[in-house]
Amino acid sequence: MAVAADSVGVVTPRRIAIATPLLLACGRVLPGFELMVETYGTLNVARSNAVLICHALSGDHHAAGYHAADDRKPGWWDSAIGPGKPIDTTKFFVVCLNNLGGCRGSTGPTTINPETGALWGPDFPIVTVRDWVASQALLADHLGIDVWAAVIGGSLGGMQVMQWTIDCPNRVRHALVIAAAPRISAQNIAFNEIARQAILSDPDFHGGRYIEAGVRPERGLKLARMLGHITYLSDTAMRARFGRMLRDGDGQYNFNYDVEFEVESYLRHQGNSFVDRFDGNTYLLMTKALDYFDPAREYGDDLAGAFRTATARFLVISFSVDWRFSPARSREIVNALIAAGRDVSYAMIDSQLGHDDFLMPIPQYHAVLRNYLDRVAAESAS
Amino acid sequence: MSTPLRPDLQLISGWIAPGSRILDLGCGDGALLAHLARTRQVRGYGLEIDDDNVAACVAAGINVIQADVDDGLAAFADRSFDYVVMTQALQALVRPDQVLAEMLRVGREVIVTFPNFGHWRVRVALLGGHMPHTPALPANWYDTENIHLCTLADFDALCRDSHWQVLERALLDRSHRTGASIRIAPNLFCEIALYKLRLPG
Repeated sequence: MAVAADSVGVVTPRRIAIATPLLLACGRVLPGFELMVETYGTLNVARSNAVLICHALSGDHHAAGYHAADDRKPGWWDSAIGPGKPIDTTKFFVVCLNNLGGCRGSTGPTTINPETGALWGPDFPIVTVRDWVASQALLADHLGIDVWAAVIGGSLGGMQVMQWTIDCPNRVRHALVIAAAPRISAQNIAFNEIARQAILSDPDFHGGRYIEAGVRPERGLKLARMLGHITYLSDTAMRARFGRMLRDGDGQYNFNYDVEFEVESYLRHQGNSFVDRFDGNTYLLMTKALDYFDPAREYGDDLAGAFRTATARFLVISFSVDWRFSPARSREIVNALIAAGRDVSYAMIDSQLGHDDFLMPIPQYHAVLRNYLDRVAAESAS
Repeated sequence: MSTPLRPDLQLISGWIAPGSRILDLGCGDGALLAHLARTRQVRGYGLEIDDDNVAACVAAGINVIQADVDDGLAAFADRSFDYVVMTQALQALVRPDQVLAEMLRVGREVIVTFPNFGHWRVRVALLGGHMPHTPALPANWYDTENIHLCTLADFDALCRDSHWQVLERALLDRSHRTGASIRIAPNLFCEIALYKLRLPG
């Protein structure tokens, strides 16, 4: 495989150990932890060009490039990160990590609890967005980065961006909040609860100790992911992509429960491929982090109050057909930032897919990202 | 390096106190806000609907909010801005009177500009039996965005009936100049009108 000129190419993740104890929102303390990290580009001498990428529900540290020359798929946000791309790795030092509690190498349910010598499994504490930001701040210390030129994230990643500006106001110059919400709605919590129940009620769940039992809650995890994917696409996108198309060319109904409609095939495929790369306990705690995120809560439900001490400049982006994190929710963020007197720009991208659009190279979306980040790069270089 | 500011925007910027907070409705590529930020340390936001303009504002480092002015200003608190500005967009709104009232709620003062439909060229065209094509109003009747045109007299009447106070007024021809003819018969010779309004009291 020839690596494209605008790809970061083959990258190697590294495991970074943080020895500083971390007090979590739930009251428990992690004496230390490890994070899987990828970086692209070069940190300049002034250490002023670092950009943090925060991942969403099922993301990880592998945001761009390939792990091996024969990898079929690049990292999850390769469309936006690379030489000459909107998050330009010739200008920025880009850092992406697998969040605490993840299942791609960072300390979490699938790693060993040093105190017991056993897998963390269901005993791993439920972490929050605030805990993630605290752990990312320790990572920044480790990397020698006092201030991020920009912190960028979509969906649950966008929530981490907001939390950064609230908890570490002097460490973020620009905050890019994409397809996010100031807190999720009852409908969103309801989707998460069904996803969790699918996993928790799987006979192979074994109270979360399934790895020791030599199994995995595959059916539950698969169902959770299938449900998720329904909410990541708009009705129009599903109609356009699958309609009522049948897999068999003969156009006849089979009168059984095998895969029949194309949309069934799509969901089963998404579910199956997810099971191979994701962990049930991690899925449970990630959805909980989504549910708990609510920075306004400590400010008498006044989101503007939460942003009043922030100093970052903001770019907020939403997608017109995203119903899981709709443009109206992004406007709540924007309105609060305006009320708090913060610098903010907001773009609503005319889109096709739905929530998944934040990963797509939509021309207007990338133009706005590029225009914004070009300015950030110019001020970071000086 | 910067291109010279449109003369009407130049005039508006003279009406704005340094260091103030501004909301610019239909801010285009952000030229006015950029100019005011540079010359008068003004802080503010532009509202803009068009994709290319939004991208241009972002490139210029202007705070731009992609939104439709016709959807209203409910997101903005009472008196949260020193000035709310709208240039050459009033006549394209669904309910200009309601938007003006909203602008006066959100801003301490409002600056608005619009083309004068009472200009003699317009009247001549109508006398000839046709909708006008003038330098200020170049579009056809069927594809124009201008759905609520008014004359100076109409706008003055709206201000009077709504008890809005006119603080300043500038009447220009299409070269953005004032002149003796405009002073003598404003509603016949003014092509672009600039008003600064506020609520009484």
